[in-house]
Amino acid sequence: MSDNILSLSCKQLRDKILAREITSVEAVEAVFNNIEKVEPKVGAYVSLDKDRALDEAAKIDKRIANGENPGLLAGVPVAVKDNMATEFGTTSCASKILADFKAPYTATAVSKLIDAGAIVIGKLNMDEFAMGSSTENSGIKQTYNPWNLDCVPGGSSGGSAAAVAAQMCFASLGSDTGGSIRQPASFCGVVGLKPTYGRVSRWGLVAYGSSLDQIGPLSKDVTDAALMLNVIAGDDERDSTCVDESIAPAKDYLGELDTPIDGLKIAIVPEFIESASDEVAAAINSSIEVYKRQGAEIVEISMPHFEYAIATYYIVATAEASSNLARFDGVRYGHRSDDIKDYMGVYSKSREEGFGQEVKRRIMLGTYALSSGYYDAYYLKALKVRNLIRQDFTQAFEKADCIIMPVSPTTAFKVGEKTQDPLEMYMADIYTIAANLSGVPAVSVPCGFDKDGMPIGLQILGPSFQEDKLLRVARMYEVNSGIEYRKPAILD
Amino acid sequence: MTKKLDYDEVREVALLARLELCDNEVEEFATQLSSILEYIEKLDELDTDDVEPLAHSLPIKNVFREDIPRECLSRDEALSNAPDTDGEFFIVPKILDDNSNA
Repeated sequence: MSDNILSLSCKQLRDKILAREITSVEAVEAVFNNIEKVEPKVGAYVSLDKDRALDEAAKIDKRIANGENPGLLAGVPVAVKDNMATEFGTTSCASKILADFKAPYTATAVSKLIDAGAIVIGKLNMDEFAMGSSTENSGIKQTYNPWNLDCVPGGSSGGSAAAVAAQMCFASLGSDTGGSIRQPASFCGVVGLKPTYGRVSRWGLVAYGSSLDQIGPLSKDVTDAALMLNVIAGDDERDSTCVDESIAPAKDYLGELDTPIDGLKIAIVPEFIESASDEVAAAINSSIEVYKRQGAEIVEISMPHFEYAIATYYIVATAEASSNLARFDGVRYGHRSDDIKDYMGVYSKSREEGFGQEVKRRIMLGTYALSSGYYDAYYLKALKVRNLIRQDFTQAFEKADCIIMPVSPTTAFKVGEKTQDPLEMYMADIYTIAANLSGVPAVSVPCGFDKDGMPIGLQILGPSFQEDKLLRVARMYEVNSGIEYRKPAILD
Repeated sequence: MTKKLDYDEVREVALLARLELCDNEVEEFATQLSSILEYIEKLDELDTDDVEPLAHSLPIKNVFREDIPRECLSRDEALSNAPDTDGEFFIVPKILDDNSNA
């Protein structure tokens, strides 16, 4: 019974809870039974609160027994990345500098989950301050890939992806600044959606690169991604960068999900597929055939500025990070060094002790890029190239409804494989970063496995605020590819 | 063309960033940041003289609302994560020495 519950999607579980075939308390119990077995090996969570989860689940069950409908995620156990503020538990960003931080408020996206009846069972591990592609930069613990415990789960939302893949929650929230939802989703064989910048409120999300960060769902299937987006999308007066609903209203993302895509134009950039590993390229080429069989027209395009995305990103994101992370100063919250001689030490000693190497590296790079004498050469230059990258997308979407490409050049790599050379790690984000620089939505959908049984992800990118179409293209792949939902052997 | 950061430059940036780096880190960052910056110089291949900088993917505008007081964090809540507090204020070391006339 417990096993059957765990393999349900959010939507299936919610329907069974509303029909009173399963209680929310049973679902929470099933998840925690599985966590007891699997979590010691995977390490997806930074914190868990079973008592609170059971209390909240009992309240939902009671409301349903009283004839109420608690919402789109009634009674469904979910979890959120630890860079989203929650009034309960801690919000550490997987950083020593915030290890004991108890937020006095809850992020809008998390509040929306709770208001829709979801049970937030815990907070998920990540690269410290979302800076990384493997979750190896967590200052708290290492997360391992449920498909092979020698491999990384991807990052920075590695905990969010591993927990869904290992059935330790039914869906999760991650955040994506340069691929941090899509790449771990791809590495762990789940669906990961980065919505359009401005679609989901960032209020209560600890800022990394404010013009790039976006919260989105990780889930077992595309329908659940649409369901989660229905819950979290929309304007928020507390986030002035949220899009005005009168300009781009949030939609019902489930509405058109199962509408066939014949006649739709799907763009590919041949050299992007060729530059991936052989097995990734083969999987992407098979997915093109799946779309052709459904009557989609495949259009070859070029995106000449795409290859500059990583260089652009590591200026823009680090510049924003160096400014955003100035708030961690040992004065109002967070770690303060015990070894302080003067007020300057409150800042520089506390930050030195509290931040990990990758965070320091990015703060240093961003500070340098913004510093007097280098601003024009690096920061301004990067903003101009950012515009060229966005123009590539504008031109692409004049020719096609969406673009498909790999999520990552390879499947999940081994723990420790890329930690010595930061630049090599940055290169893992080659296909995902441009979407953040341009603001467009993109989704990662499982599209097969390599010879070692590691998942491969297909990335679909669409025009801004057309997540409905994007998810429909993803759903039509899921339905017609013949690739069935698999669970990792660790769950057997 | 290649801009390699020397140790003094790394120390200067660290001071701006309020990071008290140890000597090992200064060495490590000098090497790593230099190689990252070398890679980033790839951007110089592009002629961007006539390109507008793009700081934000969406057109952003000021968002106004009526200036009406609303509920905010209480003092206790605002101080609840403070490393050092007397219950009313955040406590930090003196920023002026005792001989200062300020």
